[in-house]
Amino acid sequence: MNDALLSVRNLSVSFSTYGQTAEVLKDVSLDVPARSQIALVGESGSGKTVTMKAIMGLLHHPPATITGGQIFYDGRDLLTMPARERLKLRGTAMSMVFQDPMSSLNPVFTIGDQMGTILKYADRRLGRSRGKVERMARVHEVLGQVRMRDPERVTRSYPIMLSGGMRQRVLIAMALLSEPKLLIADEPGTALDVTTQAQILKLLKDLVEERGLALMMITHNLGVVRETSSYVYVMNKGVVVEHRPTAELFASPADPYTKALIGAVPRLTGGSGFGRAGAAA
Amino acid sequence: MSAMLEIVRLSKHFPVRNGFGRQTGEVRAVDDVSFSIEKGKVYGLAGESGSGKSTIARMIMGLTRPTSGDILLDGRNITGDTGTRAYGRKVQMVFQNPGSSLNPRRTVGQSIAVPLDAHGHPRSDRTRRIVELLEMVQLPAEFASRYPHELSGGQKQRVAIARALAVVPQLIVLDEPTSALDVSVQAKVMDLLVDLGRQLELTFLFISHDLSLMRNFAQQVGVLYLGKIVETGPTATVFENPQHDYTRLLLASVPVISAEEAAMRPVIPLIDGEIPTAEQLLALRNAGGPDSQRIEQ
Ligand SMILES: Nc1ncnc2c1ncn2[C@@H]1O[C@H](COP(=O)(O)OP(=O)(O)OP(=O)(O)O)[C@@H](O)[C@H]1O
Ligand SMILES: Nc1ncnc2c1ncn2[C@@H]1O[C@H](COP(=O)(O)OP(=O)(O)OP(=O)(O)O)[C@@H](O)[C@H]1O
Ligand SMILES: [Mg+2]
Ligand SMILES: [Mg+2]
Repeated sequence: MNDALLSVRNLSVSFSTYGQTAEVLKDVSLDVPARSQIALVGESGSGKTVTMKAIMGLLHHPPATITGGQIFYDGRDLLTMPARERLKLRGTAMSMVFQDPMSSLNPVFTIGDQMGTILKYADRRLGRSRGKVERMARVHEVLGQVRMRDPERVTRSYPIMLSGGMRQRVLIAMALLSEPKLLIADEPGTALDVTTQAQILKLLKDLVEERGLALMMITHNLGVVRETSSYVYVMNKGVVVEHRPTAELFASPADPYTKALIGAVPRLTGGSGFGRAGAAA
Repeated sequence: MSAMLEIVRLSKHFPVRNGFGRQTGEVRAVDDVSFSIEKGKVYGLAGESGSGKSTIARMIMGLTRPTSGDILLDGRNITGDTGTRAYGRKVQMVFQNPGSSLNPRRTVGQSIAVPLDAHGHPRSDRTRRIVELLEMVQLPAEFASRYPHELSGGQKQRVAIARALAVVPQLIVLDEPTSALDVSVQAKVMDLLVDLGRQLELTFLFISHDLSLMRNFAQQVGVLYLGKIVETGPTATVFENPQHDYTRLLLASVPVISAEEAAMRPVIPLIDGEIPTAEQLLALRNAGGPDSQRIEQ
C-alpha cells in the first residue's frame, strides 16, 4: 500500500462463460495520486473497462471473479470492506463518466428529475438529507460548473432534446453532484464530433484543475492520452506493459507493443507513409 | 489530365414534415457541391456529423436521387442511371461498419460471389477468383468458408474490400472505412488500400472524420460544413494553411501525439474560457473578426 488516492495492487480478474475461464486482467497495478491526471490506454479488449468496473464495484459474479489483488481507496481496501461501506463511496467519493451519453440517460425522465434522484440517493447513502429546493439548487450549480448556458432549461429537458455534447456535459455534471475526489472517465466524447470532443476534453481538464480532482482517463486514443494526462499506463491483453510520465512515453516508448501502437497513429503533419510497409497480416 | 469522377453543382434537399405529415420546410443536406477526382487519386471529404458526407456518397452510388446537379463518371453523365450493372461495375462502396454490411448467414466466399454472379462472371471461374481476391486482401483461401462472426473487425473490413474489388471497379467510395477499428488494425487496412490503389490504379473518394488519417491518404481534400464545401485544395496546402474558420476549428480539435503536430494546429480564440462551436466562431467572424488566444494545452 502507498499514499495514492487510488491504488490498484496485483489485480487479477477472470470471466467464466460456458464452462470456459479466461483471465482478462493479470496482475494489474496502478496508482492515481490525489489531484493527478492519469490515463489508461490500450486497444479494444485489452481490459480497460473491466479495470474500471473492478474499481467501481460493478463487476458481476458470475461471470466475473476477482482472483487476486487489492484496490485501496484512501488507504482502505475496497475489496475487503463491508459492502455497505463500499456503496457509500461509489458515486460520491469516486464517480465515473461513460462513453455513450444516450444509453446512460433515461429517455422518459427530465434531466432535472434524473439528477435530483441521483443526488437524493447519494445523500441517503451518506446519511445526509436535503429538501427538494436545495437539491435543485445543487443541480443547477453543477450544471453551471460544466458550463451549461441555461441550467433551468436543461433540467426541464428530456435527453432527446439535447445535443450529443450537451448530454455528455450532463453526464459529467451527474458525476460531480456529490463532490467526488476521483473521476474515472471511460472514453468520454468518442461518440461525438472531433470539435465537440475537444470541448469536452478541455472541460474535464479545467474541472479537475479547478476542483482539485484526480482524473483517470480511459481511452484507446493516444492523442487523448497526450492531451489529458501527465502519467500513463499502457495495457495489452490484460497486462500493464508500460507505465511512465506521458511526455516520456511519447519521446521514448520502451515496450514493443507501445512502440507499435505509437507507430500506427497517423500524424497530422503527414509522412506516416501507408502502403510502404506492405499489407502484412 | 482526366477526371474519373466529376461532381457538378450537386444538391440534395430532404423535406421536413410535421407530426401530421405536412411538409413544413426542407433540410439542405447537400447544397451546390462541386469537385472532381483525377484518375488514380484519392479525394478526402471531411466535415462534422450531419454535414452531408454520406448523402454525397449515396448519390454517387445511385442510392439517393439528387435534387439537382450532375455526376460524371469517366466523362459520362450517370446522374440518372442507378443500380445498373455497367454502373455497379465501375463504382463500389465500402461502408463504415463491416459487421452490418456483411450478411451474417453467408460465408465469406458466398458474400464475394454475389457481385461476381451479378456481373456475369463465369461460374466455372468463381472459386479461383474468390481465392485470388482473398489473397489480394491478405486473407488465406480457407477464409472463404468462414462466417462473419468468426472474423475480427479488421478481417471483416478486408472481406468488404475484397467484395468491392470483385468486379474491378474504377472508383471506390470509402465511407469511414476504419472508424470501428483499432489503430494497429486501421494501419493494416490503410496499407492495403494504398497498395491496391497503386496496383489496380483505383480512384478513391475517402470520407472520414479523422483528419490525421486523411492527411496521410488523400492528395486533395474538401471540407463540408452544413452541406457546402467551404474549402478545398491539395491536402498539404489546406492542412498547413487553412483559410476557412471551420477548417481551422476542425484542425485545432484533432488530438495529436507530438509537439510538431500540436504546433501545426491553428490558434482558435476561446469564448468564456471554452473552445467555441463552429456557429459561435463564424458569428464572431461576421461580427468583426476574432482575436487570437491560444487554446491551452
Ligand atoms: N461480461 C463479460 N463476460 C465475458 N467476458 C468479458 C465480459 N466483459 C468483458 N469481457 C472480456 O474481457 C476482456 C476485456 O474487456 P474490456 O471491456 O475491459 O476491454 P476494453 O479495453 O474496455 O476494450 P474497448 O476499448 O473495446 O472498450 C475482453 O476480452 C472481453 O471480451
Ligand atoms: N433520408 C433522409 N431524410 C431526411 N433527412 C436526411 C436523410 N438522410 C440524411 N438526412 C439529413 O441530411 C443531413 C446530412 O446527413 P449525412 O448522413 O449525409 O451526414 P454525414 O456528413 O454523413 O454525417 P456523419 O458524419 O454523422 O455520418 C443530416 O442533417 C441528416 O439528418
Ligand atoms: Mg471499454
Ligand atoms: Mg455519414
